[in-house]
Formats: sequence, C-alpha cells, structure tokens
Amino acid sequence: MGKRELMLLIEVLPNKCDFCGCCVGVCPEDAIELKEAEIKIDADLCTNCSKCVWSCPIEVLKFNKPQKKG
Amino acid sequence: MKKEYDVIVVGGGPAGSMAARFAAEQGVSVLMLEKDRDIGYPVRCGEAVSKAGIEEFIEPNEAFISATIDKFGMIAPDGTEVVLPLEQIGYMLERRVFDYELAKQASSRGVEILTRAYVNGLLFENEKVSGVKYEYKGEQHELKCKVLIAADGVESRVGRWAGIKTHIDFREMESCVQYTVSNIDVDPNTLLFYFGKDVAPEGYFWIFPKRNRSANIGLGVSGEIGKKKSAQTYLNTFMDKHYPDAPILTQIAGGVPSSITLEKISAPGIILVGDAARQVNPLSGGGIVSGMIGGKIGGTVVGEAIKKNDLNHILTYDKAWHDRLGKRHEIFERLKNGIYNFSDEKFNSIAHAFSKVPFEKRTLENIFKTALINKPSLLIDIAKVFIIK
Ligand SMILES: Cc1cc2nc3c(=O)[nH]c(=O)nc-3n(C[C@H](O)[C@H](O)[C@H](O)COP(=O)(O)OP(=O)(O)OC[C@H]3O[C@@H](n4cnc5c(N)ncnc54)[C@H](O)[C@@H]3O)c2cc1C
Ligand code: SF4
Ligand code: SF4
Repeated sequence: MGKRELMLLIEVLPNKCDFCGCCVGVCPEDAIELKEAEIKIDADLCTNCSKCVWSCPIEVLKFNKPQKKG
Repeated sequence: MKKEYDVIVVGGGPAGSMAARFAAEQGVSVLMLEKDRDIGYPVRCGEAVSKAGIEEFIEPNEAFISATIDKFGMIAPDGTEVVLPLEQIGYMLERRVFDYELAKQASSRGVEILTRAYVNGLLFENEKVSGVKYEYKGEQHELKCKVLIAADGVESRVGRWAGIKTHIDFREMESCVQYTVSNIDVDPNTLLFYFGKDVAPEGYFWIFPKRNRSANIGLGVSGEIGKKKSAQTYLNTFMDKHYPDAPILTQIAGGVPSSITLEKISAPGIILVGDAARQVNPLSGGGIVSGMIGGKIGGTVVGEAIKKNDLNHILTYDKAWHDRLGKRHEIFERLKNGIYNFSDEKFNSIAHAFSKVPFEKRTLENIFKTALINKPSLLIDIAKVFIIK
C-alpha cells in the first residue's frame, strides 16, 4: 500500500542544490535520495511535511501550494 | 577486492576512516565505501579542532594544518569585541588533506577503500544486517560482511534501513553556509564568533582564519529560523556589510546535527559512528574529533567482536560511547539551549562586563561566570560539565 494518493508538493529547484544532506537528515520518511551530485524526492514516500524546505540552507527546495481542482 | 569482508564501513569521513582503522588493527578485513569521487572533498566544515583532540589520532603536520589558534574572540550584537586567550591550543585544518591522511592511515593498516561507491540498500540474514547493496559506475553490486559500520554523515540513511531512527528534529539541524575567502584582514590566530539575532539567531556566526590571509566565514541556522530566512540570506547580509569585495574561493552548504547522540547506535550486525550517530558536540557544533572518537570506540568494539566470534559484543558500543562523550553531550545540549537563547541585550552586557576584565585574566571560566550573573540557572548545568568528566 502506498502512502496515500498524495500529490508531491515539494519542488527541487534545478541547478541550485549543493548536495549537502541537511534535508535528508531531517526527513522523517527517508524520502530523499542523495547521490554525489543528484537529488530526488520519492513521491510515494513524501508526506509534504516541509521540514526539508525549512532545513535547506540555500533555498533549493520549495513547497508549492496545492492547486484547487475545478 | 574480496567477495566478503569482516567489516564494511559506509562513508570515508574522519569517523569512517577511524572506525576502519581501529577495526583493522584488531586483525579483521575491512572495506570502506565512499560515494564521492574523492576522500576529503568537498569540504563542508569550518575546520577548527583542538590540538589535543587530533593528537590522539595523528601527529600534527603542517601539510594539513593551516593555522594555529590561541585566542577566541566574541563579538556582541552591539559590536563590542572581547578577545580571550585559550588555555588549550587549537588548529585550523586543511580537511581536504587531513581526511586523506586519515584514510591513508587506515589503508596502511590493511583497510581497502573504494570511492564512487554509492550504498543504496542493505542485505539481511535472520534479521541481522549482513551486507550492502551499492552502485558503482552505473552498476548495482552486493557485498557481504559480518558487521556494517554506518559512517555516512549528516544524512544517516544507512542506519534507518536497519530500523534505527536516525532523522533528527528540524529544529536541531543547523543548516550552514560557508565561504572560504581570501585577502581579508583578520588575526591569523583567533577564532571569531559573532552573536545576536541579526547575524546568527540562536547560534553563532564564525570567522575562522586560514593561512595567507584567507578565512572560513559562515553560519548555521536551525530549521525553525530557516522557516523565515535561510542561512544563505544571513551570510549575504553579513558579507555585504563587512566584506563586500572579498574574493570567494569556495562556497559550500552543510548540515550540523546539533543534538544529543541517538538513543540507539547499534543493532544486530550494524553500528553507527560520527555524524551518522549524531555524535557532534551540540554546543560548539564540532564533530571532527568527537566523530573520530566514536569511530575509534566503535571500530575497536567491532574488531574485537569478530575476533572473539561473539557478534553480540558490538552492542556494548552504546555504553562505551555514552561513558566517554555521550553523557557530556547531554549537558552541552542543555547549555546550548541556555546560551543560544540569550537576548541581544544579554550578550551585550556580558561583553561589556567582560571587556573590563584585563586580558590576562580572561578565561573561558570567567566568561561563563559572567554569563552566569546574567542567567544563574546555567550554573547547575555548567557545574555538571566540569564535574562529570
Ligand atoms: C559548515 C560546517 C562547519 C563545521 N565546522 C566544524 C569545525 O570547525 N570543527 C569541527 O570539529 N566540526 C565542524 N563541523 C562538523 C564536522 O564537519 C562533522 O562533524 C564531521 O565531518 C563528521 O565526520 P563524519 O565522518 O561523521 O562525517 P562526514 O565527514 O560527513 O563523512 C561522511 C561521508 O559519508 C559519505 N556517504 C554518505 N552517504 C553515503 C552512501 N550512501 N554511500 C557511500 N558514502 C556515503 C559522504 O559522502 C561523506 O564523505 C562542521 C560542519 C559543517 C557543515
Ligand atoms: S516534505 Fe517531509 S517527507 Fe517530503 S521530502 Fe521533505 S521532509 Fe521528507
Ligand atoms: S538541503 Fe538543500 S542544498 Fe542541501 S542537499 Fe538538500 S536540497 Fe540540496
């Protein structure tokens, strides 16, 4: 069973990440994959809690307000 | 490379290298995997250590020592500066070289090392960790071991895969940015700390000198502050005000897990060391030496366990760490909460009181006393720091 049908609202702004790991260290869901120079958020695990956004020292992550449907 | 190792270490920082070295010194086979292409680079660190701290592990050498530190300066929010002599000498490292030397030291004890090896999963046997999955140059591999040592730094994902809760509260993550700048006028032997809500709320801003008029300049902010303003914004403001034209040689981001050690740092088949175990001193944010100490204790216990063929022995690591430093970090954590919540007025009045003390009489102890006059309840906690050695 997946973590509900949540839409991923966290955006990784392109070409800004320094791959420092702050976001990974605070993510309660282990939803962030971080290689030497590659970052990815797993939409199945992420709960959009925003802790990673608050912990990014250089404003790479962004919480996008959900769009109202209809 | 072998098909199987007694010990695999994930992460090639100071904690990983020391864990690998001390395990290998027990005569067991050790492989260290590092995801970056280089050991020691990029450097996400202010690079300040105490001389005594590193001497437990390596002979100081000018190849990796950029400056000698004998003073400590505090700049209050109103600009009052007080400098005091340090009783203990410190060093500014070149971590790029230092980490490399530590890894070479480990390899001289027989440790094998592989960089560009990204660990992305664990192997289990009867609910015990029994190896790793890793990606190397685009291909997926598996390797078995008797004990795994997670030294994967601030991210600390490896421990999670083994069922240990390693993520920390966002309020305890000090998210940092740092520039290494050249051509600036700072005293080459003084660590400078700026306090106050405009420069570094609930923490400090640092200027640590390096050789040839360069310095590491940076700060960390907790996630609570980060909700409103990022570390980068604070750094930009400071640079614009104080060093608008300084050449910037390096810019890095980095995280300091400023918390007490995890409740559990071992489980069947695995232990955690260094930042991964949250072994940073939560008051100073220093984690080089404490991580090396964690690595030494952990690596030794793991080596002994394998030699004795008693893998349950690795579970004694938690207590050994707690007795050496973990307990003290709990007190530092409380001190941190006291000191970093001082108002600007309080920092100012401490600096004013202190600047009246003649230079020779300025000691860390005296500065604490001055702080105490402003917040007597700190006394109990400070007393504990000195009593519980
Ligand atoms: C801005 C800043 C300033 C600091 N200033 C100081 C200071 O002045 N003095 C001080 O003592 N401490 C300082 N620290 C803290 C210090 O840098 C750390 O505590 C120290 O580096 C911890 O060592 P470690 O070996 O545990 O982790 P690290 O040095 O972070 O090493 C962990 C290694 O694991 C690797 N890794 C992670 N995941 C994987 C994976 N899945 N597979 C393979 N490899 C992996 C990483 O690439 C990394 O090389 C500072 C930290 C920061 C961020
Ligand atoms: S929003 Fe929360 S769950 Fe999603 S990646 Fe960030 S910290 Fe993890
Ligand atoms: S905290 Fe920001 S800079 Fe650091 S790895 Fe995460 S997204 Fe990248």
